[in-house]
Amino acid sequence: MLAYYFQLAIHSLKRNKVLTALMVLAIAVGIGASMTTLTVLHVLSGNPIPEKSARLYRVQIDPRGSFGFRPGMEPPNQVSWIDGMNLLHAARADRQALMTGGLVAVQPAQSMLDAFFAPARYTSAGFFPMFDVPFRYGHPWNAADDQASARVVVLSHALNEKLFGGRNSVGRMLDVGGHALRVVGVLGDWRPNPLFYDLTRNSYNATEGIYVPLSTSQVLGFAHDGSTDCWGNGGGSKRMDPAAPCAWLQFWVQLDTPASAAAYRRFLVHYSQQQKALGRFQRPPNVRLRNVMQWLDYNQVVPANVRLQTWLAFGFLFVCLVNTVGLMLAKFMRRQGELSVRRAMGASRRTLFAQLLVESGVVGLAGGAGGLVIALLGLWLVRHRPAAYASLAHLDGAMLMITFLLAICASLLAGVLPAWRACSITPASMLKSQ
Amino acid sequence: MEIGPILSTLRRHKITAFLLVIEIALTCAIVSNAVFLISQRLERMKMPSGVAEHQLVMVQMTHTTPARDAMARTQADLAALRAIPGVKDVTLASQVPLTNSSSNTEIRTDPSQKLPTLNATQYFGQDLIRTFGAQLVAGRDFRPDEYLDYAKVIHNLDLVRTQTSSVVITEALAERLWPGESALGKRIYFAGVETRVVGVVKSLVRPSLFEGDGGAQWSMIFPLRMDVNHASRYVLRTEPGSRRRVLDAAARVLRQLDPHRIILEKQTFAEIRTDYFRNDRAMAGILLGVIVALLTVTALGIVGLASFWVAQRRRTIGVRRALGATRGDILRYFQTENFLLATIGIALGMVLAWGINLFLMQHYEVARLPWIYLPAGALALWLIGQLAVLGPALRASHVPPVVATRSV
Repeated sequence: MLAYYFQLAIHSLKRNKVLTALMVLAIAVGIGASMTTLTVLHVLSGNPIPEKSARLYRVQIDPRGSFGFRPGMEPPNQVSWIDGMNLLHAARADRQALMTGGLVAVQPAQSMLDAFFAPARYTSAGFFPMFDVPFRYGHPWNAADDQASARVVVLSHALNEKLFGGRNSVGRMLDVGGHALRVVGVLGDWRPNPLFYDLTRNSYNATEGIYVPLSTSQVLGFAHDGSTDCWGNGGGSKRMDPAAPCAWLQFWVQLDTPASAAAYRRFLVHYSQQQKALGRFQRPPNVRLRNVMQWLDYNQVVPANVRLQTWLAFGFLFVCLVNTVGLMLAKFMRRQGELSVRRAMGASRRTLFAQLLVESGVVGLAGGAGGLVIALLGLWLVRHRPAAYASLAHLDGAMLMITFLLAICASLLAGVLPAWRACSITPASMLKSQ
Repeated sequence: MEIGPILSTLRRHKITAFLLVIEIALTCAIVSNAVFLISQRLERMKMPSGVAEHQLVMVQMTHTTPARDAMARTQADLAALRAIPGVKDVTLASQVPLTNSSSNTEIRTDPSQKLPTLNATQYFGQDLIRTFGAQLVAGRDFRPDEYLDYAKVIHNLDLVRTQTSSVVITEALAERLWPGESALGKRIYFAGVETRVVGVVKSLVRPSLFEGDGGAQWSMIFPLRMDVNHASRYVLRTEPGSRRRVLDAAARVLRQLDPHRIILEKQTFAEIRTDYFRNDRAMAGILLGVIVALLTVTALGIVGLASFWVAQRRRTIGVRRALGATRGDILRYFQTENFLLATIGIALGMVLAWGINLFLMQHYEVARLPWIYLPAGALALWLIGQLAVLGPALRASHVPPVVATRSV
């Protein structure tokens, strides 16, 4: 039955090629544009660590002075060295890590390669188990290494490829910032997008090649690279003074149950009160505990341009749909004569309606295919744009399905009104007027 | 042209006419907003920097390990760079306009103030004003004896806290802090430091517009000498024609002086500007694409519906022709019909455009839509409508009167 309707639809569409082409084109362009932007939005607002994002929390406390205080202010995004160390050593969470970004000079052992700068992460050992970081070779350093400021380094997959040709480099020595560090581990292919744990870096496609214990980075005087927020009389310098009233470190905790999250929040309030009593803090306790997705949302990590483009694309799709409704109406109304004859010969209104809907569904299918081509072209264009997220813009299976569903739904929706109008004429009057 | 018959015909095609009106309204609304957004982006890309853009080049370098005699090395670098033929001025700047990396501070105009007045950026560097080509409009540039070494100040803040130091600010910052008054001699306070305004430059844009474009010109310049451990950007001023050559020579000279140095970036200021506004340019391009696509789709829609109407009314047209209507009458009939529909659509579209603008103002950094963009959108839609309907209308006008006598 459906196959027959399908044949009828093809036959009818073939009869007026220009109108059919216009309808298919309108849907294709609308679908193509909206799928392009939707895919970019989907990629950019994705969850960088889906299995744990609800249990990982970013810690914010407010250690600033009373100058500039307004009630309801958000605490700084990062923590100072003293607070970070206090919270790290309190170890009240299931897991925790204190970290910051850096930039270090790497002197490859092979003389063919020039020295170069690599973005680095200085962190305490909790980083690797907390973020489920996969290891290709070796293993992370441990808390004792943190304590001893051990001269160890973990390399990213890509940097190990560059420095050691991808071979197991565990145990090899590497000259980092003028100091010899021993490679203890090499990561697997780990690229969280966006780089949720430090959004002061390029949020998308940011790469960090080198991981060094935070304590070691301070002892060796490695340069900090990232945002620094100072208050009081703090000043900025590449080498951070631990006592400076500046927030430049990120503190993350893993809290496995809502109860432990609530308990941790109470602990942070208590800590703030304690510090205020000691005279270090001057403001009333002001703490935030945001999980990964809340953190991304709070930092508005999806660029405003991308969100604006999504609205634009849907406005565009809507215009295309209205256009298609008009064209289908024109097409179906033109066939009133034919439809009247068939009604007079006994076809029920439902049958005709179903046939017309199948016809608009076919248009939708063709439009979806066209839209897919346009979306692929659009994404190819996006990938050639200078934005940091450009290379991430790829259509995945889910988005492919959505493209076709959207196209068919849109065209069926566009077909309902015209089909209903065309079916609701009384055959007698139409036949008479002819 | 009689409008009556047209209206009565349209009343018999309510839904189709309504759809066309809606389509025109939406297109008009989106197009006028998109044109406005494009103009805003283009305007933003022209943002004045306050520096001699066609004469500046920048070399960014870094050392793998901190230099021990940083100030001496810096002076050697500066002397070598100055010796390059065609170089007029050189400075080692703490930051450079439109390069995104910046140092900023919250300032007050009264030390007892509880809340900071605003956040301004701080430029350091010897001969920075002269090298940048920033235009002094009041007061003076720094005297040689006013300069302090940044490295010394950072280790001993008392050097700047025990005495009032000098600062040069932009005209925009002066106007924001002391509207209508001369800024010369006025005080600015931050981080326990008191500074006195000794000069005002016409403009100097910030390296990074992280707080929006409103405070783009809130910049301060301090008489501090940078060294290679604390700054990484040499800025050279030369003739527009020799920028590329000077840039290559500067990079070569710097590498020769210290082979352990890594050159991170060498750019003319024109390239810096292009880089900084690349997103705006891309967005303007996308919006332009959307406008063209929208107008095309709408035009095709009009062609489709008009063709349908012409086909449907073939007999009526034949009758009219038989009764004495000229080809011109038929042509004008369809043109007027389209004009009417377009006008209703445009009127609706203007209201919608205003609504969309309100929404954008609430959620994105978009200004109020100036009314001038509404007639522009209207004109575009009228034009597109008339062009689109011309083909079907011409076909209608060629319907021979004899059609009236045929049945079916």
